Amino acid sequence: MVFLQQLINGLQLGSIYALIALGYSMVYGIILLLNFAHGDIIMVGGYIVLLIIAAGISPAVAIAACIIGCIVLACVIEKVAYTPLRSAPRISLLITAIGVSFFLENVAQLLWGADPRVFPATRIIPATSYQIGRLTISLTTIVTLVVAIAAMVVLMLLVQKSKMGKAMRAVSEDMGAAQLMGINLNRIITFTFAVGACLAAIGAILYCCKYPQVKPTTGYILGIKAFVAAVLGGIGSIPGAVLGGIAIGLAEVAVNALGYSTWTDAVVFVILIIVLLVKPTGFMGASMNEKV
Amino acid sequence: MADTILKVEGINVYYGNIHAIKDVSFEVKEGEIVTLIGANGAGKSTVLKTISGMLRSKTGSIEFMGSSLMRMAPNNIVKNGIAHVPEGRRVFAHLTVEENLEMGAYTQPRSGIRDDMEQVFSRFERLRERRRQIAGTLSGGEQQMLAMGRGLMSRPKLMMLDEPSMGLAPILVDQIFEIIKELNDNGTTILLVEQNAQMALSIADRGYVLETGYITMSGTGEELASSDDIRKAYLGA
Repeated sequence: MVFLQQLINGLQLGSIYALIALGYSMVYGIILLLNFAHGDIIMVGGYIVLLIIAAGISPAVAIAACIIGCIVLACVIEKVAYTPLRSAPRISLLITAIGVSFFLENVAQLLWGADPRVFPATRIIPATSYQIGRLTISLTTIVTLVVAIAAMVVLMLLVQKSKMGKAMRAVSEDMGAAQLMGINLNRIITFTFAVGACLAAIGAILYCCKYPQVKPTTGYILGIKAFVAAVLGGIGSIPGAVLGGIAIGLAEVAVNALGYSTWTDAVVFVILIIVLLVKPTGFMGASMNEKV
Repeated sequence: MADTILKVEGINVYYGNIHAIKDVSFEVKEGEIVTLIGANGAGKSTVLKTISGMLRSKTGSIEFMGSSLMRMAPNNIVKNGIAHVPEGRRVFAHLTVEENLEMGAYTQPRSGIRDDMEQVFSRFERLRERRRQIAGTLSGGEQQMLAMGRGLMSRPKLMMLDEPSMGLAPILVDQIFEIIKELNDNGTTILLVEQNAQMALSIADRGYVLETGYITMSGTGEELASSDDIRKAYLGA
């Protein structure tokens, strides 16, 4: 029973990581950028919800504003910071991403202070729990799992079936050939950032409902963990990001359940080191440079 | 005399400090097959990439059916009616044959895609059998057919083919050239880049010879094929 309980907790946390890891992986798949500002978008999303609800406006509006706000922010970052570096060396792009991350964290601190603020989790998902045998499942857990799965199914359909999704796959495979098909590269890249940010916004709300506080560095460690999840799954791979996220979530919960909760973060990074040493391409990663 | 569909005048293209294309001018008339021949590294592919907007010329002009391509984005150049089938085919290996063709039709309205795909399949029956297969599992010849079919999906007025015979068995090379002629008969103008000069000149109306970035000779296919210099340099005779 304890095992089952922990399994469910692990899936809940893991599906949040998966949503965030997807944004990392998709952006990497398209322009080979590790977008370290991705985690901080989550933090901004948290503040948006918090501030709008604090202003007495309905939670539904707050959720919508969070999703739209994160998408707009990600697209602005892409246009202002990354687009001018399209033909620059990849390391310049990476350093810029880290810079954007620091920028967002410090602006948040300037605007909203360094102290953690309480996130109105119960205004979004009521604090109800269900008892099934000796198993206790909170409504938050159920909502998290359902929303995360729904978001991933929609993403899968989008990527597999829609014209934009197919173009995304084409661009990620061969950017030059995709351009020769008449695919507008800028549009696909912006679209990818937008989709990633939308998933991050959903992840942000679910994460804050589980750990109801927001501070300027909320996105930092969360972003890094999602990055580890993306690498574990095979960076660039969409199913890989989902698997990696869930694996990291389960690992964290297992470490906690065994009573070593101070080691949680360390375990995540140990996983990263092991993956990089043993199988750098992750679960689903393509072998590099397939020649056709 | 047919109208000039593509007019390239005095283009100079650089890779960093390397001056790859030097004052190149040529033209393609509607309905023609024009070939650019030359050795490896002469700049043939660079010329095609400049026309399709992947590279930019520092000087001169490129005009296609009355509009300048010099600053046009690559996706708009496709929309204007130029299909570029790149060297090495570059099909999307992880996409299915059908998805590859859909990508070829990216600039086209959804309504016509089914019919166009049917046309491609009737020209390349092998592709029909393999429509749901991942393109990376196709043989080299099938991939070349897919690359050409994908190019056709954008309903091009001008099709630029970069080394379509590369790496193919002789019997497939004949087949590919047969198809190029057929496409031309059906009204598609062709700009063909080839190392296989003999084959290229045998189907071309006119040709240009590119040497280290310069155009050194031009003429009809027959003229070039019978020129002593060409025979020595490219035809191994």
